Amino acid sequence: MKKREHRETVVAYVCLAPALILAVVFMIVPMIMVFYISFSNWDFVNPVKNFVGLKNYVYIFSDEKFLKSIRNTLYFAGVKIPLDLVISLFVAVLLDKKIRMKKFYRVSYFAPVVTPMVAVALIWIWLFDPTFGPFNQILSFVGLKPLKWLYDPNWAMPSVILFSLWKGLGYDIIIFLAGLQSIPTHLIEAAYIDGANSRQAFFKVTLPLLSPIVYFVVLMGIINSFKVFTQISVMTPRGGPLYSTGVMVFYIYQQAFENYRMGRASAASLVLFCMVIALTQIQKRLGRKSVEYS
Amino acid sequence: MEARKSVKKSWYVHLLLFTGTVLMIFPFIWMFLSAFKTDLDVFSYPPKWLPSTWTLENFPRVLEMVPFVRYYLNSIVVTSSITFGQVFLSILAAYALARLHFPGKTAVTILLLSTMIMPFQVTLVPMFMIVYKFGWIDTYQGLIVPFLFSGFSIFFLRQFFVTIPKDLEDAAKIDGCGYFGILFNVIMPNSKAPIGTISLFVFLTHWRSYLWPLVVTNSPEMRTLPVGLKYFVEEGGTQYNLMMAASLMAIIPVLIVYIVAERHLVKSTTLTGLKF
Repeated sequence: MKKREHRETVVAYVCLAPALILAVVFMIVPMIMVFYISFSNWDFVNPVKNFVGLKNYVYIFSDEKFLKSIRNTLYFAGVKIPLDLVISLFVAVLLDKKIRMKKFYRVSYFAPVVTPMVAVALIWIWLFDPTFGPFNQILSFVGLKPLKWLYDPNWAMPSVILFSLWKGLGYDIIIFLAGLQSIPTHLIEAAYIDGANSRQAFFKVTLPLLSPIVYFVVLMGIINSFKVFTQISVMTPRGGPLYSTGVMVFYIYQQAFENYRMGRASAASLVLFCMVIALTQIQKRLGRKSVEYS
Repeated sequence: MEARKSVKKSWYVHLLLFTGTVLMIFPFIWMFLSAFKTDLDVFSYPPKWLPSTWTLENFPRVLEMVPFVRYYLNSIVVTSSITFGQVFLSILAAYALARLHFPGKTAVTILLLSTMIMPFQVTLVPMFMIVYKFGWIDTYQGLIVPFLFSGFSIFFLRQFFVTIPKDLEDAAKIDGCGYFGILFNVIMPNSKAPIGTISLFVFLTHWRSYLWPLVVTNSPEMRTLPVGLKYFVEEGGTQYNLMMAASLMAIIPVLIVYIVAERHLVKSTTLTGLKF
């Protein structure tokens, strides 16, 4: 018996060894290093690295670009998440009805989700082109003033948000649709029997029952908004006019791989991490208030 | 009366959904049409929606300007290696965590779980420095090895592995199966769906991976498709028709896989709860 247990332990660690080694080298060590580097003046060109205390943090918090990158990230999250929530829930409710061509609709709303970000961002760069792009053509066709889109400090971020909404909407629609389909129909019918109209049934029964999914979508929205980088880097390679689209990951990228300031980049990374943690905690608190029927 | 009402209602539902669909598909249609436009059509004002003459010239021009085929091959090699390696290592680790008893299990579990605390974007800088120390910048190892481990994949599989009845395992033991025999003959055949799901998910995640290949590759020969496309825009300027041809070549295989495996893909998305 003892021997068998011993053998089981050996087998278990043989199975776990590759994963454990990789986890330590590429995850755990970097997690510790990021703290260490943020307190040092590691600039890659110069191999000497000294402990500099809070200098990197002082630097980034007095760097106008970094402060702007925080504002830009919050702007992105603050505009994108609510819009995404409302639109995707609305479309999901429509798709939940007994209608024909359901599959066709679902496929087309989900198509942008599966296509590679960079490839579709290329398309939108042209759509947004102030002179040769179809968006401005449509705007002037309906009698509106053409915009400079990605070239206008006030419109660059909304343009990127518009693109990101288009790209991600299908995902949340599918999630909401799955949620709506899991709601027992007798609960909704009961509300109708009690004299509720369809609006009341939606806001008083369906929506509270969906609250765990709304919570999930908002949580993922927050986390993903703080990680946003690809579309920024492709559509506005320099962070947009007047750094109007420079988000936090973009700032980290520039500090680390354009300026080779690893210390500053690491300090900014940790600020990003703390903000994600803080926001998700706040959301957890708020989320607890939501109604639940079991 | 009831029937008429529902027809009327569904008419307006269809109008809304169809308008939405047009907005969602419009960029793809624009890309498709524009990939066949001549330079003259691209820079005409107001913009032309249909090509005045359809040309196939753009595709060979893209291939001449950048090593597009190489980008493709790099993406295939890197993504397949990550998928195969990560899923295989995750199966092994998940098996140990789900079905074996050994001292230190709690500690190992906590260690592996803790890797999921920090998003990749936060540990990007030290990860890059480690890969740099290994001399793996601009190599396939540098693109692949850091992603052979994924806490998410391990715990996703573990959650399925624990549900397989112990009786099956005992029966295999009586038939003379060892620990690995049980893994390959009992656990894996009974977990085809979750293994398929996680493989698809890992593949799609890394097929579109951008930030890491961007920082870890230097030479054009090592670029993956997303990074190659980005540099194509930066270096090629606003040659929109060529951009659309490149984009079309990158999107077509994905769209085909999507249309064929739509149901499976959507299910896999809702199951893993992660965004690509």
